[in-house]
Amino acid sequence: MRRLVGVRVPRNEDERLLTGRALFVDDVHREGMVHAAFLRSDHAHARIRAVDVERARRRAGVVAVYTADDLGDYWRPGPLLVPPPPIEGLVFNQATQVPLARDKVRHVGEPVAMVIAESRYIAEDALEDIVLDVEPLPAVVELEAALRPGAPLVHEQFGTNLAARARQVKGSWDKARAKAHHLIARRYRYDRGVAGAIENRAVVASWDARSEEMTIWDTTQAPIPVRNGLARMLGLPESQVRVIAPFVGGGFGPKIMMYYPEEVLVPWAARRLGRPVKWCEDRRENFTATTQERGQIHDAQMALDRKGRILGVYDRFLHDTGAYDPYGLTVPINSQCTLLGQYDIPHYDSEFTAVFTNKPIVTPVRGAGRQHGVFVIERLLDAAARELGIDRVEIRRRNLLSPGDFPHDHRIIFQDFQPLVYDSGNYEPALDKAIELAGYRQFVSIEQPRLRAEGRHVGMGVACYVEGTGIGPYEGARITVEPSGTVRLATGVGTQGQGHFTVFAQIVAEVLGVSVRDVHVVTGDTREFGWGTGTFASRGAVVAGSACRAAAERVRDKALDLAAKLLGAGRGRLELDGGRVFVRGQPERGMSLGELAFRANPLRGAVEPGSEPGLEATAYFGPARGSTSSGVHAMRVEVDPETFQV
Amino acid sequence: MHTVSITVNGVRHERAVEARLLLSDFLRSEVGLTGTHVGCEHGVCGACTVLVDGEAVRSCLMLAVQCDGREVHTVESLAGEAGLHPLQQAFREAHGLQCGFCTPGMLMTLVPFLRSNPRPSEFEIRQAISGNLCRCTGYAGVVEAVMKYVRDSGDSGDSGDGGGR
Repeated sequence: MRRLVGVRVPRNEDERLLTGRALFVDDVHREGMVHAAFLRSDHAHARIRAVDVERARRRAGVVAVYTADDLGDYWRPGPLLVPPPPIEGLVFNQATQVPLARDKVRHVGEPVAMVIAESRYIAEDALEDIVLDVEPLPAVVELEAALRPGAPLVHEQFGTNLAARARQVKGSWDKARAKAHHLIARRYRYDRGVAGAIENRAVVASWDARSEEMTIWDTTQAPIPVRNGLARMLGLPESQVRVIAPFVGGGFGPKIMMYYPEEVLVPWAARRLGRPVKWCEDRRENFTATTQERGQIHDAQMALDRKGRILGVYDRFLHDTGAYDPYGLTVPINSQCTLLGQYDIPHYDSEFTAVFTNKPIVTPVRGAGRQHGVFVIERLLDAAARELGIDRVEIRRRNLLSPGDFPHDHRIIFQDFQPLVYDSGNYEPALDKAIELAGYRQFVSIEQPRLRAEGRHVGMGVACYVEGTGIGPYEGARITVEPSGTVRLATGVGTQGQGHFTVFAQIVAEVLGVSVRDVHVVTGDTREFGWGTGTFASRGAVVAGSACRAAAERVRDKALDLAAKLLGAGRGRLELDGGRVFVRGQPERGMSLGELAFRANPLRGAVEPGSEPGLEATAYFGPARGSTSSGVHAMRVEVDPETFQV
Repeated sequence: MHTVSITVNGVRHERAVEARLLLSDFLRSEVGLTGTHVGCEHGVCGACTVLVDGEAVRSCLMLAVQCDGREVHTVESLAGEAGLHPLQQAFREAHGLQCGFCTPGMLMTLVPFLRSNPRPSEFEIRQAISGNLCRCTGYAGVVEAVMKYVRDSGDSGDSGDGGGR
């Protein structure tokens, strides 16, 4: 078998992207299409007294204006996407986003009204015609203040801004602390930010009244769940809703958030108006209406023995969930679990409190909370190294799990609801390699003192991490060899720049002995493949890739079975390479995969019972639990002490 | 409404447009060339960069009426019958793109830059694309692609005539 996985090859998708031919959602144009714009709250927190849209409705070119009251039964809070995991004593207050704010606005950017007009220009003009009468309320901004008695409430029904609380414990922190030679206690703030994909979100919906089919182009990382959920909301069978996530200009997490108000309303309006509707987010909207992340405060402690070995870690942290919590606890659970890193930590006591604030909704962004945990443990180790007078790399080395410690069960629950078990690992070689590549020894012993003497502030950070990835539940793939010899691969996980058109093609090409270019990948179109969850948690290559491989192996089996019969040679003597099946050592005795595909789909004769026509197979892969990857980063950074520019 | 006549990639388009219509919207909706991407609509991200009379401009900061009688080139003008423009080819070979949304703007910024500076240093390349945001953080690949292009075009002295076709 010719190795193609892991080989550097030009990407199959690049030609389309480089020439401007790749289809992004904003590129979709439909006959008779109208354009949506949203009136959004300028207030972080306010009671809505009235929304007067009459002038907007009268503006020339405006097709419709909708407020919450116009939505009737369609107005419903979104579903809870990820229920809280089975952690004993867990508290969770559910408050999910609504299509259009009705009584209150809870963050800047929350939509209040939707205008549909003949052009986006007119739709935005009409936004200016709307009179939004609100009574501003004090906003909940700071996490600690949010939990104090008497704080304004984001959601009155809970009587508190506490969104969730979960404690996970292994061993006994008290014992660890009692034995400790040294105790480190620090407060770490991890500030909020936006993901800022270069492509803003966009939705185009087109309703075909004849076939009663809804087609939705959506910049989503999860076209299949979007289809399933919108079908349910729209009261349509899933088979009559098609969601296409074509080329997507970066996802980074916020595009895995589902049933954004615009995603829910644009298809609804398209069906109601009988005209295709397009909405494209502008950058200003992206900064407030798209979900965000980060925003935690950790009060963490580490107990160490005389030699700098970790006895235990204690962490209490606040997590900002924003105005709603539709994504459950994925982010803080990731922080809680990932904090354990590459280290042998016998005692761990971690409790987080998620807090509602009047800020945009928090859902996973690039790392999904993991890096917050890494930051805390790595900063604690740096502080410990400094106080104990141990080299920063050495203190890490002393605490690494050993190759003999795997599988390593941390005895706490991970975001996929499974116990946090590291399947495998061997961390020290990566640490050695990182500090060698970064020139750490030379830097700390010679360069850094010299630079400091020159008045320059240059440092080197070293950070180790374990990333739980490749989580389930499953993905699938269907592979078809066409009589042309082209291999068509359909899978559900759309692409936002990861190179799916190439990575999956590499996997399939290797199994089937064809070239990477001959594998045509279709992703993110529910009509092509309608089973799966989406592109998140760095799971595409692991989970969907494994499904691609399984499907390719089935197709290979079919091809070999048929070829054995047609060529009159034992299966074991056959080889697949260069798009052909042939008898090993006799390359002329064989036929192309395309011809085999043609012969596998006869017009006459019989397809034998127990066999299937064509060279096609579908396979699924569902991992029992996530897989564990790990790494070490080392970076040299200079800070200007006057401007703090890095 | 104002009547404008704008030549886009060698083809003249006459349209009656509102004074406020952005060049980016003119190209994308009136002409139907959607390779020019809109990322921020306020001149920050560089994704919508096109050539107007051979110079790189942000099409979201220019009105269509300002382009009356002028020549515009978009990313769609780069590849010819012979295939990809050498700069596009270099991007492909050096993995100078990931999601590809910023790529048309990168290319249209670099084409006139490389015409005026066919032998740029790495620093100059980084300066040239400093107004083009890549949120996949693929700058290393972009810089490598340009350096490869410069190396490859070095011997023949052909720096490509992209955008001028």
